[in-house]
Amino acid sequence: MQQETSIKLFLAEAGDLARFSARFFREAFRPPYEVAAFIRQCFVIGYRSLGLVSLTTFIMGLVLTMQLRPSMVAYGVASQIPAIVSIAVVREIGPVITALIFAGKIGSSIGAELGSMKVTEQIDAMEVSGTNPFRYLAVTRILAATLMLPVLVLLGDAIALYGAYLGVNIRGITSFNLFWSQVFDNLSFSDVLPAFIKSYFFGFAVGTVGCYKGYSSRKGTEGVGRSANSAVVVASVVIFIIDLLTVQIAEAIGIN
Amino acid sequence: MNIDISTGKDRAAAPPVLRIAHLYKSFGAHHVLVDFNLELQKGESVVVLGRSGSGKSVLIKCIIGLLKPDQGTIMVLGVRVQDAKGESLDQLRAKVGFLFQSNALYDSMTVRENLEFPLRRHWMRLSREQVNERVLEALNDVGLAHTIEMMPEELSGGMRKRIALARTLILKPELILYDEPTTGLDPITGKEIIRLMTDMQQKYNTTSLIISHDMNCVKIAGKRIVILIDGKCYADGSYETFCRSSDARVKQFFE
Repeated sequence: MQQETSIKLFLAEAGDLARFSARFFREAFRPPYEVAAFIRQCFVIGYRSLGLVSLTTFIMGLVLTMQLRPSMVAYGVASQIPAIVSIAVVREIGPVITALIFAGKIGSSIGAELGSMKVTEQIDAMEVSGTNPFRYLAVTRILAATLMLPVLVLLGDAIALYGAYLGVNIRGITSFNLFWSQVFDNLSFSDVLPAFIKSYFFGFAVGTVGCYKGYSSRKGTEGVGRSANSAVVVASVVIFIIDLLTVQIAEAIGIN
Repeated sequence: MNIDISTGKDRAAAPPVLRIAHLYKSFGAHHVLVDFNLELQKGESVVVLGRSGSGKSVLIKCIIGLLKPDQGTIMVLGVRVQDAKGESLDQLRAKVGFLFQSNALYDSMTVRENLEFPLRRHWMRLSREQVNERVLEALNDVGLAHTIEMMPEELSGGMRKRIALARTLILKPELILYDEPTTGLDPITGKEIIRLMTDMQQKYNTTSLIISHDMNCVKIAGKRIVILIDGKCYADGSYETFCRSSDARVKQFFE
């Protein structure tokens, strides 16, 4: 009985989230456009995440290289470390880790901010002030998250590879030029493109889930906390589901 | 002849600013408003008095179009609220001020930006100087011009309420809806806010609909009082009339 209720709740939530996404497409491309609010959100969501993304991806590249090194040495292919690391980072680890960090930072802050605005009637006040709050608050954030995450992923990938370069040179000596030529020689268009495209979907998922959770926030400050928390959890799960689907699709259409 | 208690004028002579007829609103099995009727003439100050959870806030949210009634008609300044959508609803809302119970000041904006927001949204053609002038005028009205660059979190509860009132007044609305304007304030600050509301009503010759269960508010601001019980307009009269009433359900408020 309890299991049945949980399934019903899950399906209802999934349905509401799908309706919320559909509303985004209905509202996003109709004037008036909230250009100033969108640019501000790009700054808040993109620029202000740069430090955290840079730090985490740098450490990720460094640690990944150091962890790989003993096995690569054992198999006698230590010289292939830059190639292996770059493919792993660009194809999978970079986009997914950056998206998860992004979900933690941006998804939770959108969920908490909109949730707090909802319970303190600020969203109603906006509507009374002649503003479509969905367009002003949700559309701008979802668009900014969708457009900024791929940029962060590209930067994160590059920074992770700098971390990998440091990792390679902790126990050995590889010149800067040799490292980067090995990286680019082994990366192809089909490595970069699917990863880049899927990061748009990751960004859309983080923005949409954050806004949906904030918008459906209830029960005062406790509800706001719950919205922020579930925005991160749901967005993270959705990121993995999108990742799984995009790999299958890329495989099916022959660009993987 | 239907004489208005507060203005002494014939109600039938001018079209009402607000006319609510046979309004019904339910949430599931809970019937909040049941055949509610009310008319407000220009310049009137009416307090809707009722217990917590009696549907007072639902009523004014229906009036401003934030909630859709199940049945009935709400006419505001000659416009049927249920039929107004998009631009026509925005135009109507520009003429109706709403003071929220929680003030609803935007946390991420300064006091200046909070006041500019409705101005820029409703009156996009105003120049920078005109916007500035209107913001300062509204802040001077509530005596808080010095807070213009402050954030809402830096203000006390009473100051926030005044800023929210300034934001409500900035568009010079014809009808102002107040949702529990004294909730969360100490009695002295509460009285100051009520006096400020009545002063502003006289200054701008607006019509006020105040939702409250605060008897100070009822006494000072309510020239006419409507008692909301069981989702209906149970009684309609003046403070003095109700103080003399022998009806047990009316007396519970005025004892």
